[in-house]
Amino acid sequence: MTIDVNAIRQDFPILQTQVYERPLVYLDNAATTQKPKCVVEKIAANYYKENANVHRGVHFLSQVATEAHEAAREEVRKFINARHSHEVIFTRGTTESINLVASSFGRLKLQPGDEVIVSQMEHHSNIVPWQLLPGVEVRPIPFAEDGTLLVDQLEGLINERTKMVSVAHVSNTLGSVNPVKQIIAIAHAHNIPVLVDGAQGVPHTKVDVQDLDADFYAFSGHKIYGPTGIGVLYGKEEWLNQLPPYQGGGDMIDRVTFAKTTYADLPFKFEAGTPDFIGSTALAEALRYVQKVGIENIAAHEADLLQYATSQLKEIPGVRIYGESAHKSSVVSFLVDGIHPYDMGTILDKLGIAVRTGHHCAQPVMDAFGVEGMVRASFAMYNTREEVDQLVAGVKRIVKLFHRQ
Amino acid sequence: MTIQEKEDEIIAEFEFLTDWLDKYELIIDKGNANKGIDAQYKTDQYLIEGCQSKVWVHAEYRDGKVYYEGESNTEIVGGIISMLVDVLSGETPDAILEAKLDFIEKIGLKEHLSPTRSNGMLAMIKQMRMYALVFKEKNS
Repeated sequence: MTIDVNAIRQDFPILQTQVYERPLVYLDNAATTQKPKCVVEKIAANYYKENANVHRGVHFLSQVATEAHEAAREEVRKFINARHSHEVIFTRGTTESINLVASSFGRLKLQPGDEVIVSQMEHHSNIVPWQLLPGVEVRPIPFAEDGTLLVDQLEGLINERTKMVSVAHVSNTLGSVNPVKQIIAIAHAHNIPVLVDGAQGVPHTKVDVQDLDADFYAFSGHKIYGPTGIGVLYGKEEWLNQLPPYQGGGDMIDRVTFAKTTYADLPFKFEAGTPDFIGSTALAEALRYVQKVGIENIAAHEADLLQYATSQLKEIPGVRIYGESAHKSSVVSFLVDGIHPYDMGTILDKLGIAVRTGHHCAQPVMDAFGVEGMVRASFAMYNTREEVDQLVAGVKRIVKLFHRQ
Repeated sequence: MTIQEKEDEIIAEFEFLTDWLDKYELIIDKGNANKGIDAQYKTDQYLIEGCQSKVWVHAEYRDGKVYYEGESNTEIVGGIISMLVDVLSGETPDAILEAKLDFIEKIGLKEHLSPTRSNGMLAMIKQMRMYALVFKEKNS
């Protein structure tokens, strides 16, 4: 089944925006996706009809809100096929999810001198939280020139001090889809747990955390058509039970005395303070929307756009594409000889085309290619081939503008 | 010509360019006309690093006047620097410290001065004023 992009576009009012008197071409979806009407309406409906603090009120509205929040947790569980809904922790986003694991797992298991293996293509949010742990060394699995992770080097990086492997499902810069199932199998053979940064994975590919056998899987709501400020940490029950709490506060306790405090059961142990129950239910709405369109259909549509954009951009003299892994998803990063990404992004913006420029919070990737920044176009279910044509035409105009001499 | 007159001249040049691409073409031309910064100053000591681009700036004081040179690794920021160097060079520290420099906003390039743009422009203007202030203090 192919998707009806025109019908989908009707669900996203922001796509009708005019910028500088030109129609918006939104190709910055890896940074954040736009929201369908049903998600925005869900947020409004929550505030209008179901707003009360969850978990502690006996009153009617609190029960309604609590049930909606827990139903959202169950929706997320189904979406990633977790075994239990209490293995789904709501966070502010991928970054907080990773920080939670780094902090709690770090306190439980990591000593100075211990090592965490990441990949060379990680977003900074899967590097820095580990570096914050005193004395812990973060070692990268390198990638090949075409952006394919060199998984065969993982075995050689593992030693008796390796305590965690934490890798991106999909690179936010190179688009490489990493073989996380294989990585997890290798790490597990050494009894090392694995965290998967799924920020760029979940929006573009079917994720089954049980099939992957991931110990932790993190993602953000806003990158999968949901609201900002809500994210998910999936953790295996046995791990979440072992880990100490991340933050203290209300809702996460069993009993508090000044002598000793005992903590609540999962998932509440990791959800101190009032949770974003408006965000969680709106995220569930977004996930239902994605399932209605079909994640496989979205993936096929985006793969077509990616392939089309790549081949069209390559026809422009001087264009270099960064990341051409055989398994690639939804982003194309590129540079044109002699044109700084800031210049490219500024003029594309004036043409109504929104792309990301800069180091994409992945400076080790920039270093690997010896560049300061790149231009990145990233696709979502509502993008069209016509928009790719506009991007390509825009790049051609810019090349003419800067290469006049 | 005073700073204000030089600013007005630039504003007049841009006034009739309604298409953004034409404006940027002119900015790029201005950047290309800039003689840049002497190689001895294109070092980390004179570097203002933005998140998205790099800017180098240096100034000298001769006969009561400040002379700037500047450069960027991006052409658009380079063009804006070139205009700033033209407008401020050869002026007294007092005149420089009083300059509003609102021509950038008037020709529609305000966004490049946004702190969120992170291109080093704001820091560069601050640095240019700082040179003027230091020369003024030293010579008063």
